[in-house]
Amino acid sequence: MSAKKSWFYAFTAPVVVALFCVVILPLLYGLYFSFTDWDGVTVNAFVGIQNYFDVFKDEGFRSALWFTTKFSVVAIILINVIGLGLALLVTQKFKGSNFLRTIFFMPNLIGGLILGFIWQFVFTKAFASIGSALGIESLQIWLSTTQTGFWALVIVMCWQMSGYIMIIYISYLQSVDESLLEAASLDGATSWQKFWRVKFPMIMPGFTVSLFMTLSNCFKLYDQNLSLTAGGPYNSTQMVAMNIFNTAFAQNKMGYAQAKAIIFFVIIAVISLTQVYLTKKREIEV
Amino acid sequence: MMTKKKKWVFGIFGLVLVLAWLFPFYLMIVNSLKPKREIFTNTLGLPKDGTFDNYIQAFQDLDFVKTLFNSLIITVGSVVFIIFFSALAAYALQRVKTKLSGAVFMMFVAAMLIPFQSVMIPLVSIFGKIDQLNRGGLIFMYIGFGASMSIFLYHGAMKAIPVALDEAAVIDGATRWQIFRHVIFPILKPTTVTVALLNTMWIWNDYLLPSLVINKEGKQTIPLKMFFFFGEYTKQWHLALAGLVIAIVPVIIFYFFMQKQIIAGVADGAVK
Repeated sequence: MSAKKSWFYAFTAPVVVALFCVVILPLLYGLYFSFTDWDGVTVNAFVGIQNYFDVFKDEGFRSALWFTTKFSVVAIILINVIGLGLALLVTQKFKGSNFLRTIFFMPNLIGGLILGFIWQFVFTKAFASIGSALGIESLQIWLSTTQTGFWALVIVMCWQMSGYIMIIYISYLQSVDESLLEAASLDGATSWQKFWRVKFPMIMPGFTVSLFMTLSNCFKLYDQNLSLTAGGPYNSTQMVAMNIFNTAFAQNKMGYAQAKAIIFFVIIAVISLTQVYLTKKREIEV
Repeated sequence: MMTKKKKWVFGIFGLVLVLAWLFPFYLMIVNSLKPKREIFTNTLGLPKDGTFDNYIQAFQDLDFVKTLFNSLIITVGSVVFIIFFSALAAYALQRVKTKLSGAVFMMFVAAMLIPFQSVMIPLVSIFGKIDQLNRGGLIFMYIGFGASMSIFLYHGAMKAIPVALDEAAVIDGATRWQIFRHVIFPILKPTTVTVALLNTMWIWNDYLLPSLVINKEGKQTIPLKMFFFFGEYTKQWHLALAGLVIAIVPVIIFYFFMQKQIIAGVADGAVK
């Protein structure tokens, strides 16, 4: 390439080097480690695909994967429904609608770890106090059963992410042409019809973005999981990210944990690509 | 047009929702002002005899001035480098139309699909071997992880800047660096605000990566310190809650001043 283009190399080099050292090299290195019995210090043996076989037989990993999947499906649906609902609410022009926007979005500013701690108090102390006042026993043991731990995670995630998703839907709702809505009104369309027939097709692209975001956030969840339930009771609310972390840093089975990490990457990549592909296709049809 | 009655209905419904949304914050704040015993006897109500003692002790135990400073160094350092290097790279990647350029851009986009957990174990191992598990190493890692999305956003914004501007500057004898510095980067300012805010929100609140890289006494950021603090005071909610309030005050102040830009930035970042 000509010297004229040397600036191209100079301008892109810093980020390329950083990406290489931080993402690409560790990924390749990790792929190699996943075929070994690496314990973090030394590699004693090349074990082929043994680690991958073991992962699929690993009860802990399977239950974490199942828990994560269930959690993600429920949370994605709820977050998107609530987020869209909030967006429709705050785009009605009434007094204080901007203030509502500010409040609904606020939890996103605070990190998952701290949010989890705040809610730990809400679930264990406030719910218990309401529960004992009303005589409802299930409220008093919140976070100490698998079932309630699951819903606790869902509630916290909805509370946090709905405001984020709301912002995305708002920007699509605002792109809806006012004159279309007026024309629909003149033709005698009800609010419901205006939503389904006019607004809804316009915000379809918003689904691609929102689903992608909620999916990747839910599936990779770690901080809230750690601070809210820490996987308990008996690892029954442990999600995949935490399972990988504990295998690596609590049990020191680094090679084995890395095999899990590679599987995790493949799952995330496949889901994300499929979802983007499907939603893009649908948009064009609409 | 909406009728007056309908507006009231929306307003009241919204108010109820807001109160529900704020309920955890309410509980956190009122209980952080109560003596230890009162939290158990009166969890939901306002404090009977409020006290700031919890705050004084939590502030000291969190070593808050230092912890806040640690968070600031990491966040500001990383965000400044991410902005500078990503804008620079996006300029080159968008203006130079070669196969290599396209491939490099695709590589950054594809890297967004890789979850942190998939590279975390070898990453820590590699940086440990070259003795870079420190602040400098952490900031470098944030550049690597943050560059993809930032380049993507800058790349999108670059398309709207006419190439004629570059060409005119080249004829005037400007170097590529001068064009970037004096023509392109100033025009990219709205995108820079978005990139800065999105990366700040992420890095300020990040727990997992710094916990693996700089989890040492005296270097801990707010989330790291909060984790230790919470572990120590798990049965002492009065201190734990005061600590949580202290930890989120800087964020709330920031949000108060920047809410318009933050919300606009999030919409921008997501939609593009």
